[in-house]
Amino acid sequence: MKRVFPILAVLTAALLSYALYEALIVAPTEQTMGDVQRIFYYHVPSAWTAFILFFINFVASVVYLIRRSNKADMVALVTAEVGVVFCTVVLVTGPIWARPVWGIWWTWDLRLTLTLVLWLIYVSYLVLRRFSSSGQTPLLAAVLAIFGALDVPLVYFSIWFFRTQHPQPVIGGGGSIDPRMLHVLLINWLAFSCFAALVCWSRYRLEVLRREMDETLALEALLEPRGSQSRTSPTWRAG
Amino acid sequence: MSYLYAAYIATWAIHVAYLGTLLRRYIRLRDEIAEFNTRDEK
Repeated sequence: MKRVFPILAVLTAALLSYALYEALIVAPTEQTMGDVQRIFYYHVPSAWTAFILFFINFVASVVYLIRRSNKADMVALVTAEVGVVFCTVVLVTGPIWARPVWGIWWTWDLRLTLTLVLWLIYVSYLVLRRFSSSGQTPLLAAVLAIFGALDVPLVYFSIWFFRTQHPQPVIGGGGSIDPRMLHVLLINWLAFSCFAALVCWSRYRLEVLRREMDETLALEALLEPRGSQSRTSPTWRAG
Repeated sequence: MSYLYAAYIATWAIHVAYLGTLLRRYIRLRDEIAEFNTRDEK
C-alpha cells in the first residue's frame, strides 16, 4: 500500500494538470460570459464531488447506526471533512463567478442558501466530533449526518423545480451544453474525484493511527501502577 | 480574466491549506508515537 500511494498521487497530479490545461486552453470560450465561464470547470466538479462525499457519509452513518462499526464511523468522519473542503470551494468560486456575470457577489437565492446551509450542517458535524468528549458522539454525529444528507437532494434539485438566480441545469433538465465543454467538465470531475479519493485515503489512514495511539495511551493509563502516579501528584499529609 | 484566475487560485489555496492541516496532524502524531516509544524503552 505504501508503494501504491505515491504512484497514484503522481497519476492524480498529472490528471489534474491535464484537466487544468483542458479547462484553460482547450475548452471553447462561452459566447455570453467569455473566459470567466471557465470557472464552471472547477465549480461544478467540486460541487458534484462534495455531493458524492456527503452521500458516502450518509451511507456510512446509516451503517454505523445499524452495526456500530468503527470503520463506518471513520469513513463518515473522513468523507464529511473532505466534503466540507469541496463545499467550501463551491461557496468561494460561486461568488467569484457571480460578481462579473450577475454584478453581485451573493444573493439569498434558494440554491445558494441551501448550499450554505449544507456547508453549515457539515461544519457543525465536524465541530461536534472535534469538541464533544461524550462516548455518544459518533451516534449523535451519525444522526446529524442523516439530517444533513437530506439537504443534498434539495440543493441539487432546487434549480430544477424553482426559478432561481442561479442558472438552470445545462446537463439534463432541458438545458444544453457544447459537447467539447461537457468533455472538459467530465475530465475535471474525474481528476477532482481521484484527488478526493486520495485525500480521503490519507485522512482515513491518519484517523486509524490516531485511534490506535489513543487506545494505546488509554490502555497504558489503565495498566499503570498506582504508585507511579505519585510522581506528578502532590502528597498531602495531616499535620 | 482576473476573476477566472482568482477562482482557480482560491480553489488550490483551499486544497493546499487543508493538505497542510493534514500534514501538521501527521507530524504531531508521529512525534507522539516517537515520544511514546522512547518513554517505553526507558
